Amino acid sequence: MIAEAGLAALWLAAAMALLQLVGGLTLLRGGAGQLVPLIKPAAYVQGALCTLAFFALMWLFYVTDLSVLLVASNSHIDKPIIFKLAGTWGNHEGSMLLWVAVLSVSGAAIAFFENRVDPKTLSATLAVQAFIALGFFAFLLFASNPFERLVPAPLEGAGLNPLLQDVGLAFHPPTLYMGYVGLSIAFSFAVGALLTNQVGPAFARAMRPWVLGAWIFLTIGIAAGSYWAYYELGWGGWWFWDPVENASLMPWLAATALLHSVSVLATRNALCAWTIMLALVAFAMSMAGTFLVRSGILTSVHAFAVDPERGAFILALMLMYTSIAFVIFALRIGTVKQGEPFQLVSREGGIVANNIFLSVILAVVLIGTLYPLAAEAMGDKISVGPPYFNKATVPVMLLLMLALLIGPMLRWRRDALMRMKYLLIGAAVILVSGGLAAWILAPEVGLYPLLGIALSLALAVAAWMPLRGRKLLRTPLPTFGMVIAHFGIAVSVFGMAAESGFSKETLTALAPGESAEVAGWKVQLEDVKPVVGDNWVAVEGQMVASKNGDMFELGPQSRQFFKPEMQTSEAALLTRWNGQLYAVIAQPDQEGDGRWQVRLWWKPFVTFIWYGGILIALGGAISLLGRMFRRAKKPAINKWERA
Amino acid sequence: MNRPWILWIPLAVVAFIGGLAFYGLAVPKDDQVHSAMIGKKLPAFALPAATAGVPALSNTDIADGKPRLLNIFASWCLPCKAEAPQLEALKAAGIEIDAIAIRDKPEDVAAFLAEFGNPFRRIGSDSEMLVQLKLGSSGVPETYVIGGDGTILFQHIGDIRAEHVPMLIEKVNAAR
Repeated sequence: MIAEAGLAALWLAAAMALLQLVGGLTLLRGGAGQLVPLIKPAAYVQGALCTLAFFALMWLFYVTDLSVLLVASNSHIDKPIIFKLAGTWGNHEGSMLLWVAVLSVSGAAIAFFENRVDPKTLSATLAVQAFIALGFFAFLLFASNPFERLVPAPLEGAGLNPLLQDVGLAFHPPTLYMGYVGLSIAFSFAVGALLTNQVGPAFARAMRPWVLGAWIFLTIGIAAGSYWAYYELGWGGWWFWDPVENASLMPWLAATALLHSVSVLATRNALCAWTIMLALVAFAMSMAGTFLVRSGILTSVHAFAVDPERGAFILALMLMYTSIAFVIFALRIGTVKQGEPFQLVSREGGIVANNIFLSVILAVVLIGTLYPLAAEAMGDKISVGPPYFNKATVPVMLLLMLALLIGPMLRWRRDALMRMKYLLIGAAVILVSGGLAAWILAPEVGLYPLLGIALSLALAVAAWMPLRGRKLLRTPLPTFGMVIAHFGIAVSVFGMAAESGFSKETLTALAPGESAEVAGWKVQLEDVKPVVGDNWVAVEGQMVASKNGDMFELGPQSRQFFKPEMQTSEAALLTRWNGQLYAVIAQPDQEGDGRWQVRLWWKPFVTFIWYGGILIALGGAISLLGRMFRRAKKPAINKWERA
Repeated sequence: MNRPWILWIPLAVVAFIGGLAFYGLAVPKDDQVHSAMIGKKLPAFALPAATAGVPALSNTDIADGKPRLLNIFASWCLPCKAEAPQLEALKAAGIEIDAIAIRDKPEDVAAFLAEFGNPFRRIGSDSEMLVQLKLGSSGVPETYVIGGDGTILFQHIGDIRAEHVPMLIEKVNAAR
């Protein structure tokens, strides 16, 4: 019954989306508009119905209703309850349902909260949102019905991919989806504003919190995914330039650029066309990300639920939406008024630099991700890996950081670098001395890690400069948010540079009682014991790591899951303030002489990568809070509103 | 100049990527990596014997004027066990087969041959997969057709099934 109710809710929600779309179209065509008052209620009902459908599916997973095909093929009666629930979105149909639910709920949220844009623009925005939703409803109902029944019902179910049975990962996809789908609102707003000729500061201020919210979720999602890959895959790396990682990075890059340019549009009424363009690109990248994960078109460790036919469906949807949007863009952007002028050395100029660098990185990542596909079309088989991505993106990232040193301190419209000569000299001194110090201490390390460390040290100081000389209590929250986010970048880049330049690694085979050394740590394998979990068995290496008289226990495991059968490696991490000791144990050595393959890494300051990520997201959240407070206080229309 | 052509670039990019993606979906996925060495001479190598009683293998042993098969296998590889009857069938058809054992130990190879028979003339032991890499082989089992002058003519990736046997006989005979 629950399954049928969920399906019915989906159909009704699709009908609501259709109503919303038709209402918006009649409004745009200048019709009588009897349907217009229905647009908002339709958005609410659509959001409620989708939420209902999603909770129905969750309930089916909670009770493990094996007569539902999706539950039977992705869950198992013996699975821990948290993973039963996470099973709701740990598969293709469920994750698409989550996608659509987030989309609909966001639509309802704009309908409810957004009172600052022109009502006509809001209606157009909701119509665009409904148009997107309709495509994905069609996809769910015709090509990926999550509520399909299975006759006869099996007795126990197939289980969830054990790599996904991890608490961190249970929340990684929903977080990313919030980000991906949140960008749909920026997209709908952009198209809505183009259609109604309302591209301007009011529209930008309405769009900004949504972009910010989506961007926060994307940031958290990427950081969490990176940490998951780091400790769960047992390879000791935190970023692999895998196509699916890139698929989440590209929307983030576009959203980061958008976040900055939308501020220019909101504050200074400049960069109109560029902001619209970025809003379209950001959501196009989100859809491309969904497509890459779901189609399996590129070989990836993430291709968990792959189906080429469904891939073609998503691809067609994605191309339809993006093409229509870019056609509207090309036809209408000429009608958008020229923005306010500004000089090269100004806050606007700094943000343009930020946008250019981010766009270059985005283009580099996009080309690298698609190149294997293009090469295959030409009959060549290649894969593009870290050597390309690192070489091509790191210099641009460093330039971006250089711009970030001074950009936030510049004044709007025009400024003079001379005004900040002491600051600039200070930054240059930190930069050069940091680089020199690192070079003297570790001459064998490459140029990029050293530059990364020097720049992150300089930025760690410079990031706080916008607060200099301000009364802290009267400084707006978004400024604090910006400062914290930029400081987070410094922290994160410091971790990346330290890890990639100064990691130490030992690969060895140990018998119980033997020990190995890495970066001053002595790690002794005491014993190897079998361990039993809920739905797995493992061998656990009991290790003692010691340095300077401190002793710590480590227990890396090699796990064997049964439903489905699969081996995973649980790394043991010992976190110190200045880095992590990372230990992995593998199955017995081939020689069969009682030795175990053990891999040890010392990764200096590696945790800073994710602390930085958290700070960046926190900065975003503070900024978002500030905007929401300010909005609550101010009237809906203010001095920037123009006829 | 109300609508300069530059505004249509994003659409063109979308169309290009879309076309590429549809192509990628339409073309069946082939994850096999074919050797770049086909049509070229065998690389120079001299491997020690993989087990007692079967001679060692070097590139000059193979290129002695007579076309034959070169099988890449390992005692720890399951499909290699599955293809053993087909190798016997090829040997019975008068085709000489040399082999390279990958990351293997003499006693394991001996046990493997004792259990599944020995269709091989010579077996070299490539304990560090160096020759395998030089041949452009990415896994076990693989079987190469080598011409009498040592030219690599054909690469068969994966185990030899019964239906592949006539094709391999044909290829070797064509090289005579």
